[in-house]
Amino acid sequence: MTELIHLSADALSQKLAAKEVSAVEATQAYLDRIDAVDGAINAFLHVNTDEALLVAAGVDKARTDGDTLHPLAGVPIAVKDLIVTKGQPTTAGSRILEGWQSPYDATVVRKLRAARMPILGKTNLDEFAMGSSTEHSAYGPTRNPWDLDRIPGGSGGGSAAAVAAFEAPLALGTDTGGSIRQPGAVTGTVGVKPTYGGVSRYGAIAMASSLDQIGPVSRTVLDSALLHEVIGGHDPHDSTSLTDPVGALVEAARLGQVEGMRIGVIKELQGEGYQAGVLTRFHESLDLLRSAGAEIVEVSCPNFRYALSAYYLIMPSEASSNLAKYDGVRFGLRVVPEGTPTIERVMGATRAAGFGDEVKRRIILGTYALSAGYYDAYYGSAQKVRTLIQRDFAAAFEQADVLISPTAPTTAFKLGEKLDDPLAMYLNDVATIPANMAGVPGLSLPGGLADEDGLPVGIQLLAPARKDARLYRVGAVLESLLEATWGGPLLAQAPEITGGK
Amino acid sequence: MAEINRDDVAHLARLAHIDMTDDELDRMAGELGGIVDAIKSVSEVAGDDVPATSHPIPLSNVFRDDVVGETLSNEEALLGAPDNADGRFKVPAILDGE
Repeated sequence: MTELIHLSADALSQKLAAKEVSAVEATQAYLDRIDAVDGAINAFLHVNTDEALLVAAGVDKARTDGDTLHPLAGVPIAVKDLIVTKGQPTTAGSRILEGWQSPYDATVVRKLRAARMPILGKTNLDEFAMGSSTEHSAYGPTRNPWDLDRIPGGSGGGSAAAVAAFEAPLALGTDTGGSIRQPGAVTGTVGVKPTYGGVSRYGAIAMASSLDQIGPVSRTVLDSALLHEVIGGHDPHDSTSLTDPVGALVEAARLGQVEGMRIGVIKELQGEGYQAGVLTRFHESLDLLRSAGAEIVEVSCPNFRYALSAYYLIMPSEASSNLAKYDGVRFGLRVVPEGTPTIERVMGATRAAGFGDEVKRRIILGTYALSAGYYDAYYGSAQKVRTLIQRDFAAAFEQADVLISPTAPTTAFKLGEKLDDPLAMYLNDVATIPANMAGVPGLSLPGGLADEDGLPVGIQLLAPARKDARLYRVGAVLESLLEATWGGPLLAQAPEITGGK
Repeated sequence: MAEINRDDVAHLARLAHIDMTDDELDRMAGELGGIVDAIKSVSEVAGDDVPATSHPIPLSNVFRDDVVGETLSNEEALLGAPDNADGRFKVPAILDGE
């Protein structure tokens, strides 16, 4: 059944509709693949075998009965373990939530269930989505299917690796500073951060509420559009949810047209700090877009150079507040020190044992940035930088319909390489963070393999807020031009995964 | 190097309710100093004329109709709690014994 797992979600949905394959066969093929390779990849923290097969069987029966089904009914999906699901554990990659089960479903999960998509399981992540390598998971790192000694990106390394290793055709991720797009870049997959508020955050365990966004992870641009339409739209449970309609994203991906469009190259997101092979592939993509009739212009966003610093004040500040709820009272771990301790000592012991190093680092940093005497200098200033970044975007979108940059400055690095150097780790997100700061949508798609290491390079497209459709329209064109030069999808060049069980 | 010493971190850790060992405090003080040095440039970028942005896409007056929606039952709310009694979360003493 290897052919089955190599199909795109779109192709699989057509075969399901034509009854050439059943949803149970497709779901079982993916479960078999997880069984065969996930010992090596560690993309899944929980595999949801029984429920997934039950949902698939229901879809097959409904199809036999002639019921009207959603186009993605029976197409399996993996869910990042930051998103709560009834009937399955949700850990957020943390010891503090080990064994916890949510009493409710996230809105996006409800929508997957309404579309009758079998949920294969929950995918690994950096603890509470804090990291760029998935090494900060309390349950061991996920490995990159292109090279098992390398990181799959983060925080959504599990979702990206699962899709890259053909363990799932689709996955959900969350992106606070690049956690969907950067893993997409280093695993040769597609990942989209929608416009802030375009997809409900209800049931996504919050890290930084003004930056967090759920989005699709897939192997093709069209597949992300299909999933985006399932999960998008207004949700009264999320007061930051936009009331706009989702928009014709699938249509934009199928149309795929760049002729006459102006595509802006962001001057500040290239050059120093960017790997040579990443820039070579990036410039090839620009040439391809030019050949398809797009006008390539250069834009300058001078304040982007402060985005990383401002992000590392805003994100920890919001996270330190959001993570205060893990107090050993309402859910998760409780550690009781000896004697008859007060609740205060129980909290201190619980959080010491339950949180990992990076989470503690960010909580302390956020507590510092919000302290009396520092608030204006740090948090207040960072919020002003946010305004300047939004203005840079506004000016750039006067000159261009879509912006383009490498998604990450380098290809996947080795496991352990940056674990002891938080600042070096933070630099991975330098090109993805501006979108979160401004709330604009971004998409990463594979741009080829870097010459020096043969590893995937990501190309990032950015559009104005609420114009997510443009990402799909341009992304689909670039994808098809690139695949024509490679003679097929980039993932066809990925090595066999060995040593799985 | 920003001036964050061990005592500062100990104070922050107390505020954040995270017990830390002496080794952790020392390590965290060094790391935080480095991180704050790297990011403190933000305080020099924007002048008083630049307004702060707290939310990327401003919305105002987000209300819903004043009707009772779906809520968790008492049992569901207590399901993940480490301890409960009489339909409530059970916690250790709030105040010290004396």
